[in-house]
Amino acid sequence: MLTLIGRRLVQLIPTLFFVSVIIFSLQQLLPGDPALVMAGEEKDPEVIEQIRRQYRLDQPVPIQYLYWIKGVFTGDLGESMRLKAPVLQLILQKLPVTLQLATMAMAIALLIGVTAGVVSAVKRDTWIDYAVNVISLWGISTPNFWLGIMMIFLFAVTLGWLPASGYVSPWQDWRQSLATTIMPAFVLGNAIAGVIMRHTRSAMLQALQSDYVRTARAKGLQERTVVMKHAMRNALTPVITLGALEFGTLLSGAVLTEQIFTIPGFGKLIVDAVFNRDYAVVQGVVLVTATTYIILNLLADVGYILVNPRLRG
Amino acid sequence: MTVHALPHAIEAADVSIETPARRAWRRLVRRRGAMVGLAVIVLVILVALFAPLIAPYDPATQSWSAVRKPPSAAYWLGTDEVGRDLLSRIIYGARASLSAGVISVGIAIAVGVPLGLVAGYAGGLLDGLVSRITDAMLACPFLILAIALAAFLGPSLGNAMIAIGVTATPIFIRLTRGQVLSVKAEDYVEAARAIGNPHPRIVLRHILPNVLPQLLVQATLTVATAIIAEASLSFLGLGQQPPAPSWGSMLNSAQRFLVNAPWMAVWPGLAIFLTVLSFNLLGDGLRDALDPRSK
Repeated sequence: MLTLIGRRLVQLIPTLFFVSVIIFSLQQLLPGDPALVMAGEEKDPEVIEQIRRQYRLDQPVPIQYLYWIKGVFTGDLGESMRLKAPVLQLILQKLPVTLQLATMAMAIALLIGVTAGVVSAVKRDTWIDYAVNVISLWGISTPNFWLGIMMIFLFAVTLGWLPASGYVSPWQDWRQSLATTIMPAFVLGNAIAGVIMRHTRSAMLQALQSDYVRTARAKGLQERTVVMKHAMRNALTPVITLGALEFGTLLSGAVLTEQIFTIPGFGKLIVDAVFNRDYAVVQGVVLVTATTYIILNLLADVGYILVNPRLRG
Repeated sequence: MTVHALPHAIEAADVSIETPARRAWRRLVRRRGAMVGLAVIVLVILVALFAPLIAPYDPATQSWSAVRKPPSAAYWLGTDEVGRDLLSRIIYGARASLSAGVISVGIAIAVGVPLGLVAGYAGGLLDGLVSRITDAMLACPFLILAIALAAFLGPSLGNAMIAIGVTATPIFIRLTRGQVLSVKAEDYVEAARAIGNPHPRIVLRHILPNVLPQLLVQATLTVATAIIAEASLSFLGLGQQPPAPSWGSMLNSAQRFLVNAPWMAVWPGLAIFLTVLSFNLLGDGLRDALDPRSK
């Protein structure tokens, strides 16, 4: 088991290296003189020169990369041109908001996805199964920014039950925090619920046809016990792993959801940075999301090894 | 064999020589969801192609006497904040969405499939290098990488297509590579190699045709993802630029008028939803129809 985990850790090194190269290369895509583009409206030659010095644009590209990656290793992701603050500090400020949203979304997705997937597999080929499949397709096909706008129209504008936008920290007022985050969390969780539903259904169908479930039924166990204790426990292992992998989708979805509900998180940070040509922030956000995703991927793999007796060895 | 049994034997022989494409089509036709999806896709393609003939108004013409009008006989789906006809904008918007979906997936296939074929077939260091770059690209969440690419390239529909295409490329590299690895050990590939076929011929004539069904399914499903990605980028102002219509940018402006003109938000979203749903239904149907285990 340790060898397996060790091998996965070693494999991470080249992946992280290429992630850093991809993110650094984004800067090379800027058309014309990057210093001029980064300066935007600012035409002061001194400012342009300062940008050129700050990003070492006068040096060859591999040297620029070395300076950039050295900064990354020391926690220096550059400085926001607009907010005049270190990028890492900005990300760390916004990250808890997005994490709260993502955790709530994942809880909603697992609750809907697993329940519907299990019921659909148990009631295979009935109207319930078809209905669950339709709901799953709806979740996968609905653009989350449209769902967000429609929910604002229904629950905030028409019914007045929930605030249309804004964010309150749970430490400040947990009720208000829940009211401001429940809609965006549902919007985010909706798409993933569809994916989880499909995987749970197919894993449950496989488990329900296995020998150990047949044995459990032959022993005279109640159907409820067979489903909940024998089939579900085995079927859910890959689904939980999938949940970790879908975290990347959550972070992507958060970009638009936070924009619609005006939530000051990670997603809004990257969108604001894009429109203010704050390229260091854009690079920083992509780097942190990619690294978070890689770590979650690793944890999912390790978790899978830990719960799978055949891999524990 | 009796004379009576002969027609049945001929019929059986007819079935046995059915081509794989024909068999897949026969199975696909039986799947109602996939056929509904296909019908909607054909309809959207026709609408996009004949937009100038179908649209009742010019999609960019503003009319200050028709600002934010609800659906009526004159404006079937209502008008927007500067009096433009929503139906005409949705009809023209289909062009942006479909072309973004198809062209970006085309880019992803054009780059991803050859790389996946070469990596899977050659193996060794090249495979290791391509696989690690693929892993690295897949580690960056799809939309975040597309936004970053579009931001650095500059906002336009063309750049959005490139950004989505580049972001979708690793999906096709990984899929093709995986398929090549499973196919290249098959007896017929070994036989082709044993009789002295050159490597490019083995890859193109014996391996690629066996990878195509999976690629077709993935391409259909990725078009759905690409349409949502284009709408997302246009919603953020990084895709289609005004006044050219796009379903995503229409939703962006609709958001500001939700209280007074909710219809502005309903139709473009519904158009995206129906088109994406249709591609997903067709993709699911194709997956089942091309599965050798299905009947």
